[in-house]
Amino acid sequence: MTNSVEIAEAALPERVVIPLRQSLGTPAEVCVSVGDDVKVGQRIGEPGGFVSVPVHASISGKVAAVGRFPHPGGGEDTAIVIEGDGLDEWHESVKPRDDVEFLTADEIRKITLDAGVVGLGGAAFPTHVKLSPPDSKPIDTVILNGAECEPWLTADHRLMLERPGDVLRGMKLLMKAVGAGRGIIGVESNKPDAVAALRAALHDGTDITVTAVQVKYPQGAEKQLIDALLRRQVPSGGLPMDVGVVVQNIGTAYAVYEACYLGRPLVRRILTLTGSPVARPSNFMARIGTLLSSLIEQAGGLKTDAGKMISGGPMMGVAQFTTDIPVVKGMSGILFLARGEVNERQPDPCLRCGACVHVCPMKLVPVMLEKLVINERIEQAVEIGLNDCIECGSCSYVCPSKRRLIHYFKYGKLLAAQKSATPTK
Amino acid sequence: MQEHLVVSASPHIRDDVSVRKVMYSVVIAMVPAIIGSVYFYGLRALFLTLLACAAAVLTEAVIQKLRGVPVAVTDGSALVTGILLAFNIPPGVPWWIPVVGSIFAIAIGKQVFGGLGYNPLNPALLGRAFLLASWPVHMTTKWLPGRGGTLSGLSLSEIDVLTQATPLAIMNSARAIISDPASTTHQTVQAVKVVAHLGSSDAIANLFIGNVGGCIGETSALLLLIGAAYLMFKHYISWRIPAAYIMTVAVLTSVFGGTSGLFTGNALFHILSGGLILGAFFMATDMVTSPVTPRGMLVFGVGCGILTTVIRLIGGYPEGVSYSILLMNIATPLIDGRTRPKKFGEVKPSG
Ligand code: SF4
Ligand code: SF4
Repeated sequence: MTNSVEIAEAALPERVVIPLRQSLGTPAEVCVSVGDDVKVGQRIGEPGGFVSVPVHASISGKVAAVGRFPHPGGGEDTAIVIEGDGLDEWHESVKPRDDVEFLTADEIRKITLDAGVVGLGGAAFPTHVKLSPPDSKPIDTVILNGAECEPWLTADHRLMLERPGDVLRGMKLLMKAVGAGRGIIGVESNKPDAVAALRAALHDGTDITVTAVQVKYPQGAEKQLIDALLRRQVPSGGLPMDVGVVVQNIGTAYAVYEACYLGRPLVRRILTLTGSPVARPSNFMARIGTLLSSLIEQAGGLKTDAGKMISGGPMMGVAQFTTDIPVVKGMSGILFLARGEVNERQPDPCLRCGACVHVCPMKLVPVMLEKLVINERIEQAVEIGLNDCIECGSCSYVCPSKRRLIHYFKYGKLLAAQKSATPTK
Repeated sequence: MQEHLVVSASPHIRDDVSVRKVMYSVVIAMVPAIIGSVYFYGLRALFLTLLACAAAVLTEAVIQKLRGVPVAVTDGSALVTGILLAFNIPPGVPWWIPVVGSIFAIAIGKQVFGGLGYNPLNPALLGRAFLLASWPVHMTTKWLPGRGGTLSGLSLSEIDVLTQATPLAIMNSARAIISDPASTTHQTVQAVKVVAHLGSSDAIANLFIGNVGGCIGETSALLLLIGAAYLMFKHYISWRIPAAYIMTVAVLTSVFGGTSGLFTGNALFHILSGGLILGAFFMATDMVTSPVTPRGMLVFGVGCGILTTVIRLIGGYPEGVSYSILLMNIATPLIDGRTRPKKFGEVKPSG
């Protein structure tokens, strides 16, 4: 486990591959040409719309290529390749700010957007969008999610331990941006050290509280966390803002701190590299675009054959084809499973044991959903909550028959989306 | 290394439970009752149980082969059916009874529908119902007394001479005599005496331990409960169905099950007799044929309880458990559909 491994600054990469798709929504558009000299923090991609973020050079050097490269989200995507000059020179636009106290909500949102900050927990939703709730939805509480969404990923845990003050500064800015009077940091109760570190960094009379929450995957899922902390249930099909809440990730708060205080765009992130085949499981502070193969080397390589490489955690992560993928903003960790740990059994018939029903955090009946999707009765599936499924994987995890439940839910949601897009005759 | 990376959908880790693990745990949970049956009725009980298992497993294998589907008999589900079938027949029946019962249970009760997971009715119970309909004499009279004891579990030998039946059957005939206006005074006095004896603490203790006449595996509440506790500890069965079932029977029989007016029934006697414990913990909880929703399980258990009591008290029939469960099996899809839990967030937004 990497929860006691300090965050290590990864070696400056000689070459980075920076995909333009760094967030949910529209990918960025290239704004440099091959041969251009770039410096750290310089914009190399412009946002492609409202739900989109700019992309910045993460090392200084020369733009060597713009082309299609493997993307950790699956398939290939357009990316900008920069050959480094080893100087690590920052762009002149990157300047610390000493007037942070006086930033207005609008300014904080603008800085967040300009810095290309996205949710760093994995979903990579553009942060400025989350910070722009409509006036009809007043926000009273910002929740920082210190309950790591997935087992094994420890980037947030380390951040809370090593930079609690900066996390709190970022939190203050987030609260100001949405006009929330209250901030709660929900930390899993199995991380008492993180709770203590954050509490120690709190000033008296602050409007931020640190609360330990019971560990139960998927506690890190927004809706479950809000329920656990505030006893407010986000309505089915709704968003946290419907109950006056904005949830942000620990890493995101830190990124907002860096953007506002240091003027630094999001050019690096902390990620966990772990799993039994990894020689020295590590938490790396790595530049966006660093190739994983280089991080694996820095972690001492793989001591045994890896059977599976997963971007994200074991429950929701995406299995990868190759180690030639770059670090992207939404990459919270890479998990290797040894050959023997890869459990790919053929599914058995459903026993109707009800284990999936018992475990579902959204209180759905996965066994019924699966049947309906398999029979392509999508409308009925939606009626009983297909779209409420958060794809946490708990049902597939406990299923004694190893049914591929989530697989069908993803497929079913796709069908449902297509159906609603094409108006019925 | 890269070409060996497996790419598949999340989640990438799985709990190590499997169908096989669940099924063999159920088998293990029934071992105490098997040992008990040998103790009470002799090796004959074990012999019949093994025959039932062999027939079930063989039938499953042959049919899977014929159907051209993977032969999955080692998953343990046929073994469970075989044991349950044996548990539901009297220990004195000829050897071919369990064989025929198991073949029917697997072939008609399970494989016809498509095998494990697709059968709407509990195969073992269906097999038993078939045996009961086809060879009623064997299925209702071939009782053996418990070790050194009597069928009724009492040393009151005239009861056994009188009726040659299991405690519940004796209780039912006694109740019938008492409520029948044509009974002579002598008969009624005898019957009242019998009811009193059956409800005595000695008799109840015998029922609990299982040293009475009855089906091979149904008599010992004690040994069955040990197995059930193990399954509940492993979370392979939920407390909901057995609790709802037994509570319902307890309430209804204590209100309506007496011979001298309302609220004079002996709930304990009814819980411990007639295979209720076996049914509630090992057959009503059959995953495939019972509801998956928490509320559905309660409804299912209550339904079984009402039907069992009605069949026992009004039907005057010493059965009840197996037919109630079979009837509720039919209602399972309906119950599931009506008892879906409230989705998370299926509420008015608060705050
Ligand atoms: S956990 Fe698996 S076997 Fe059990 S009811 Fe759900 S889908 Fe069926
Ligand atoms: S993945 Fe399964 S357990 Fe998780 S929300 Fe969806 S249905 Fe429920």
